[in-house]
Amino acid sequence: MAIAAIPAAVSAEEMRTLGAARREYGERSQFERSARLFPPASSTPMTGASRSPLQDQFGIITPSALHFERHHSGVPTIDPATHELAIHGLVERPQRFTMSLLKRLPSVSRIHFIECGGNAGREHRGNSGATVQQSHGLVSCSEWTGVRLSTLLREVGLKPAARWVLAEGADASRHARSIPLAKALEDVLVAYGQNGEALRPEQGYPLRLLVPGWEGNVSVKWLHRLHVIDQPMMTRDEAASYTDLMPDGKARAFSFEMESNSVITSPSGGQQVEGRGWLEISGLAWSGRGRIEQVDVSTDGGRTWRQAELQAPVLSKAFTRFRLPWRWDGQEAVLVSRSRDETGYVQPTREAIVAARGMKEGPDGFNHYNGMKPWKITREGMVTHV
Amino acid sequence: MFRGRTFLLFLVATVAAADPAPQSSIDGAIRYGLGEPLTTDQIAALNISVLPNGEGLPEGKGSAREGATVYATHCAACHGDEGEGRGDFVALVGGQGTLSSTQPVLTVGSYWPTATTAFDYIRRAMPYTTPGVLTADEVYAVTAWILEKNQIIAPGTVLDRRTLPKVRMPNKDGFLPDPRPDVAR
Repeated sequence: MAIAAIPAAVSAEEMRTLGAARREYGERSQFERSARLFPPASSTPMTGASRSPLQDQFGIITPSALHFERHHSGVPTIDPATHELAIHGLVERPQRFTMSLLKRLPSVSRIHFIECGGNAGREHRGNSGATVQQSHGLVSCSEWTGVRLSTLLREVGLKPAARWVLAEGADASRHARSIPLAKALEDVLVAYGQNGEALRPEQGYPLRLLVPGWEGNVSVKWLHRLHVIDQPMMTRDEAASYTDLMPDGKARAFSFEMESNSVITSPSGGQQVEGRGWLEISGLAWSGRGRIEQVDVSTDGGRTWRQAELQAPVLSKAFTRFRLPWRWDGQEAVLVSRSRDETGYVQPTREAIVAARGMKEGPDGFNHYNGMKPWKITREGMVTHV
Repeated sequence: MFRGRTFLLFLVATVAAADPAPQSSIDGAIRYGLGEPLTTDQIAALNISVLPNGEGLPEGKGSAREGATVYATHCAACHGDEGEGRGDFVALVGGQGTLSSTQPVLTVGSYWPTATTAFDYIRRAMPYTTPGVLTADEVYAVTAWILEKNQIIAPGTVLDRRTLPKVRMPNKDGFLPDPRPDVAR
């Protein structure tokens, strides 16, 4: 009787069966289920937001397929062979660029987060998100590749009266925002690449604006027109929607920057800590004003703080991953993180934000909320919102 | 040092000889000259920008009388018969005087600072499922209907490229520049 070289009992099925064939475009493992979140029923099914599963993300790059979405009239299908970017207005030489001409210009790749102005706005209202995806899922981070807007503006030549650049998308809402010229020349990209491949349709394929650190609404997707003007155009989204209503009835307008923020993604709401002992507290920090300088983590609801380790490289206006090893003693604990950026600005509490800005929602809810987000761990290891 | 400078001059001369110098702009940076010229006609076909001073508004005109028909046909199903809003679809009418109250009602009439914004948004994005179907006259007319319902323009006012930018919105002075950082530690 022949004896098998490897007893079947100690080798799993996959070690005794030929695996799957090659494929032209890879997909994730069939065992992975991480997904964007959006309400199944909607009065405008093509439109709205989907939230990124931050609790599942490793490192600082959001997979393109899980990048949050926000659009106003659906995702257009645009053929890059016929897509053009027109630049006109207060310029010396109005010009149009095909995608292939844009790709001949000097390019740059940069890692930046995009955060919806309304991210975590429900936290401001007091409707605490049960999971980090629900509370903070309207932010993501990618490597973006494209042409500097300053390069394109030099190509067309600015006239002395130029002060703002209107960017317009080729979607059914022709989404449009005005951007101050100083920012346009500072670090704005006209991007065609995302995480090593072409932009995803939901992210603006084939061309988008990328305005680092500012509310995501200004990073106009499906970009097809740039109009250099001497004053803001007062589109709906800058005249009304993305304004911040204060207690006295006045509203802040053109409040672009997303301030220093952070949130613990693991352990986070909806998760279960399996038994006492060591575990890694991990999360994401970001600031629209530059680099994250420090993240502190508290496990006692903010009474005492310890400095978390920041994963290098720490990049300006990008996600920064922070980590802190922690030994859970099985008692109730409240975990919270607090970021500080290179300007010295420290992430505030919700109470401080409410004290400064009140409780009046703008036309689309609260914008620019960046309060600390606590998570409670029960004695049973359940992680819940506070 | 002398040798270094000589080498640099040599390098500049070699590069210049090998490749015609690209055009330089005023600040000395390279201009690549890759873009295709955009003609006046092409700009006119693309450009739907409307500025608060009225620049970019098209020919055409309309009043609330015609606007009522446009509104009933294209807008009322979502925004309600009187512009009162319905579910996810925002109210367009009402709310004036409520901004400083505890229950502010934010509409075109109570909140929007510029009348051109209404024309621009309707033309670019509405009706939601069929943007672009309205003529310039119809956009002027339905803008007039919304402004008249909000009692911002007198009954019968005809809006066109000259009269629309002159409409004074009640909340014109209701906006402030961004004061952040504003939250104390």
